[in-house]
Amino acid sequence: MARTLAEALIASRTEDHVEPGAICRVRVDFAFANDITGAPAIAEFARMGAETVFDPARCAIVPDHFTPNKDIASARQVQAAREFARKQGMLFWEVGRAGVEHAFLPEKGLILPGEVILGADSHTCTGGALGAFATGVGSTDLAAAWALGETWFRVPETIRVVAEGKTSPWVTGKDLVLSLIGRIGVEGARYAALQFEGQAIEALPMDDRFTVANMAVDAGAKVGLFIPDARTLGYANKRAARPFEPVFPDPGAKYAQTVRMYASRLEPVVALPHLPSNVKPAGECAHIDLDQVFIGSCTNGRLRDLELAAAVLKGRKVHERVRLVVIPATAEVFAEALKRGFIETFLEAGAAISTATCGPCLGGHYGILAPGERCLSTSNRNFVGRMGHTGSEVLLCGPLVAAASAVAGRVADPREFLGLDEVPKGGEEE
Amino acid sequence: MTDRFLGKAWVYGDNVDTDVIIPARYLSTSDPAELAPHCLEDLDPGFMERMAPGDILVAGSNFGCGSSREHAPLAIKGAGVSCVIAASFARIFFRNALNIGLPILECPEAVKGIRSGQRIEVNLAEGRILNLDTGEVFSATPFPPFLRELVARGGLVPTVKARLEEKRRNAR
Ligand code: SF4
Repeated sequence: MARTLAEALIASRTEDHVEPGAICRVRVDFAFANDITGAPAIAEFARMGAETVFDPARCAIVPDHFTPNKDIASARQVQAAREFARKQGMLFWEVGRAGVEHAFLPEKGLILPGEVILGADSHTCTGGALGAFATGVGSTDLAAAWALGETWFRVPETIRVVAEGKTSPWVTGKDLVLSLIGRIGVEGARYAALQFEGQAIEALPMDDRFTVANMAVDAGAKVGLFIPDARTLGYANKRAARPFEPVFPDPGAKYAQTVRMYASRLEPVVALPHLPSNVKPAGECAHIDLDQVFIGSCTNGRLRDLELAAAVLKGRKVHERVRLVVIPATAEVFAEALKRGFIETFLEAGAAISTATCGPCLGGHYGILAPGERCLSTSNRNFVGRMGHTGSEVLLCGPLVAAASAVAGRVADPREFLGLDEVPKGGEEE
Repeated sequence: MTDRFLGKAWVYGDNVDTDVIIPARYLSTSDPAELAPHCLEDLDPGFMERMAPGDILVAGSNFGCGSSREHAPLAIKGAGVSCVIAASFARIFFRNALNIGLPILECPEAVKGIRSGQRIEVNLAEGRILNLDTGEVFSATPFPPFLRELVARGGLVPTVKARLEEKRRNAR
């Protein structure tokens, strides 16, 4: 039977019969938690009577959510994670050398094409950009994977998203994925696998692909998969921490549904409160004033995102009423952004910059909102109270809209500031 | 685990997300007793003061969407909610609930036929939901056999424990 990419990936790691709806026992290549989900996973691991993880080089904890430790309780959670990781000999990185897990782990070559990845964090689906069956689970499932090196999956149906044509230079991966969610809704792909294809998808730089795959879960999907190509392999070969074998879909595979998008019609967009599917063209929201803008997170804290934001902010100032918080998603991204002058641009524009952390994305720290405040954020969720008080509001967007809006003090289309040739081209150096 | 529940219904809408079930500001603990007082705090302030142990949550589609935090079903269970009936569940919440032993039922018809405050009786093994105030009976979507076994064994922890013991025996 011809297989979709999701089916082919599961089949490569199971002895069971693979077809949509079947439940399979699947080998796991890599399993990780963060500082919040690590603590319950460690407790459940003990309750399972497990003593050692299946392979310490394939198990990790990334302390990224409440780090640098924001209070004593968070410090204790990280302490427990650190002690467990040391005892098990598994991977753990200290703050300052790590980053937001879904940006950091691919960068370290720990998530690779053809693999099955389990993470105790819903945005684990980011790894789908590399053609890995990467999906989020809870702490108990993760503990089971640490103990056994395997998990169970119900084989998902696959929805193919075909983006034909060419996007305009102001349209980023974030605009593409928000437009998709705006169309199919936050549960449009519930329990399903998304498989991205088409000219506009192939043209996306790696960093934008991570952005698109990242938000698969915010359409309800289990995974958001890209078919490995030269760009994927270029990225993975340079970084791989272990050998890997990419997996591809078969021609003639059956898809539950095909969603077609016409890339040339896409525009820079924002998602209004309080659902990621509440999508509007940025240009139609110029009446919305802002108190804060956040550029960062596992969705848009990568080098390409900072490059785009810097292109807008170069020689401009953040609006006097607005706080701009910029958080490069990993230490490597920070160092490279420094080298290329982006950090200097942000400082001169009047931004607050922090070491890599999830920070304000989940209302942790580094930019919590007061009642009545409104933040435009490059992260992935705008639920009630997500970044602070329940009386605050979050709007979502890509890095160009974020930077343009920080300057304008209100939602702004990047075309207000950047001409056709002023948007940096992406993807050449991969 | 008992599989019959009797409680008052608390009805909410679609897309009840994990951020309102248990906000991130309380995630520096994973102790159900510490999480429970904040259960649904950002959706329905005062829920915890007004609810009684055994009460039943009823919600629309995509219940538990958002983050993977197991703290969400833990907070609901810790609060004393006996079970959650929804038109549909987000996939990670679905797994988490079964794994930690929070009873859940998928039943769009029941969601349409239940109002807040009505008394509901649930027979988990049969997937039967009875609205005691209207006399209406609903049947939940049955789980596949694999998941029924998982639930019957008491969740994922005992299941993995048994697997590990078997492995150790075989290694000897
Ligand atoms: S950056 Fe935000 S969405 Fe991403 S892992 Fe951190 S808290 Fe979650």
